[in-house]
Amino acid sequence: MTQQFYVSPEQLMKDRADFARKGIARGRSVVVVSCADGIAFVAENPSPSLHKIGEIYDKIGFAAVGKYNEFESLRQAGVRYADVRGYSYDREDVTARGLASVYAQSLGAVFTAEQKPFEVELAVAEVGLNQADDHLYRLTFDGSIADENGFVVMGGLAEQVADVVRAGWKSELDLAAAMRLAVKALATDKEVDALPATAVEIAVLDRGSESSRGSRRAFRRLGAEDITQLLAEEA
Amino acid sequence: MQDLPARHLATQATSSFTEHLQRSRPELLPFGQALPAGSVPPTPHATTIVAISYAGGVLMAGDRRATMGNVIASRHIEKVFPADQFSVLGIAGTAGLAIDITRLFQVELEHYEKIEGTLLSLDGKANRLGAMIRGNLPMAMQGLAVVPLFAGFDTVMGVGRLFSYDVTGGRYEEQEHHSVGSGSVFARGALKKLWRPNLTEEEAVAVAVEALYDAADDDSATGGPDAVRQLWPVVYTVNRAGNRRIPERDLAAIAEGIVESRTVARREA
Repeated sequence: MTQQFYVSPEQLMKDRADFARKGIARGRSVVVVSCADGIAFVAENPSPSLHKIGEIYDKIGFAAVGKYNEFESLRQAGVRYADVRGYSYDREDVTARGLASVYAQSLGAVFTAEQKPFEVELAVAEVGLNQADDHLYRLTFDGSIADENGFVVMGGLAEQVADVVRAGWKSELDLAAAMRLAVKALATDKEVDALPATAVEIAVLDRGSESSRGSRRAFRRLGAEDITQLLAEEA
Repeated sequence: MQDLPARHLATQATSSFTEHLQRSRPELLPFGQALPAGSVPPTPHATTIVAISYAGGVLMAGDRRATMGNVIASRHIEKVFPADQFSVLGIAGTAGLAIDITRLFQVELEHYEKIEGTLLSLDGKANRLGAMIRGNLPMAMQGLAVVPLFAGFDTVMGVGRLFSYDVTGGRYEEQEHHSVGSGSVFARGALKKLWRPNLTEEEAVAVAVEALYDAADDDSATGGPDAVRQLWPVVYTVNRAGNRRIPERDLAAIAEGIVESRTVARREA
């Protein structure tokens, strides 16, 4: 029988965190921005079908960076959690806070107990009736949870991208301006001013979905034409 | 979700909310409970639903009465619901179960849409509803039957389609129009005389309301238009643009027009 080497818990956790951070840093970034008309999710994502942004529930959206299979399984688990909760209690009893704490527990459990931590970072956002009621939570691979104010930036080069968003962000931005700011921020390390429409994935949580669309589901994914139009406005 | 490490997530993967509940929280399902021996106490029943096709879509209408034996249990009940953006369903039979099955069906469609990122096909929706009604068969054998009517716009074929069901979950596509519930025989007679191909949406609403009026005239479990309480049928249309609830004031005008024309005609039956 081979002797197992002793590794201190500190070292073990540090190795796992380094491993997860490396995985996440390789990925492209995602920006989630709260603004006057709602919450914009903008991701650098060349695939039209493998989404980094998804709908969880009426007022709750999800964005992720890292390994697709891992965050996709978390997204699906989140949809199941929200749907079961909404079905067994009531639709208004499904909150981003509840969802985020369940995610935090899952990520924390996997980080300490499993062979390999999840190489993902998540954002859970809930749009409120006014901007003060918006909730943006950022969750990291080890189950840490942060309640962010205004915007969340995740993924590779998150600091650089966040600097651009921080410089341009105002609470009174409208949705289009918020999306343009995010698209501009995502292009910080590129040679171009802004990313082309084919390289981004955009979705929004409309603050006034009941009055404007007659739908309690606030999540709306923008098609390629909408994005092209949006980016053309900037020029 | 807390106790589900990565490997469990994959085995739990299903796009169906009902299947997910069956595995994880079976007690939340409206059906599938073992009923104890004995007779079922009286429960509210929902009655007449009519559905008709018109040029460019389908329409579904339901009266507002629920009965418990010979007592009126509710004058305000709603029996027609949007299932998702492009479909509606109406329910007749045991009201409590029917409303829960409707809720489950709505979540089922939305859940699929969120997990898969695409809408279920209209045939797929109709089949899922059939499976739920079949799931309720043990309850139906005890007298708690639920009979739905389903209508939707088939975005692929570009037409509105109607589906009726029996208590075993059998699914039948209907042409032109259909009706379920205790007043359905009378509503059906009215529809046969009033319906014609290529009705406009306004004409179709008027035909549906008049068919419900005829059902209420002869069936004590179906409520007619109630001018005192300002209660009118619930009517939804579904077309290429999605579903839409017909506003109360339009229905008030139509219902009052029908009552007036019958008063003028001075006919007994």
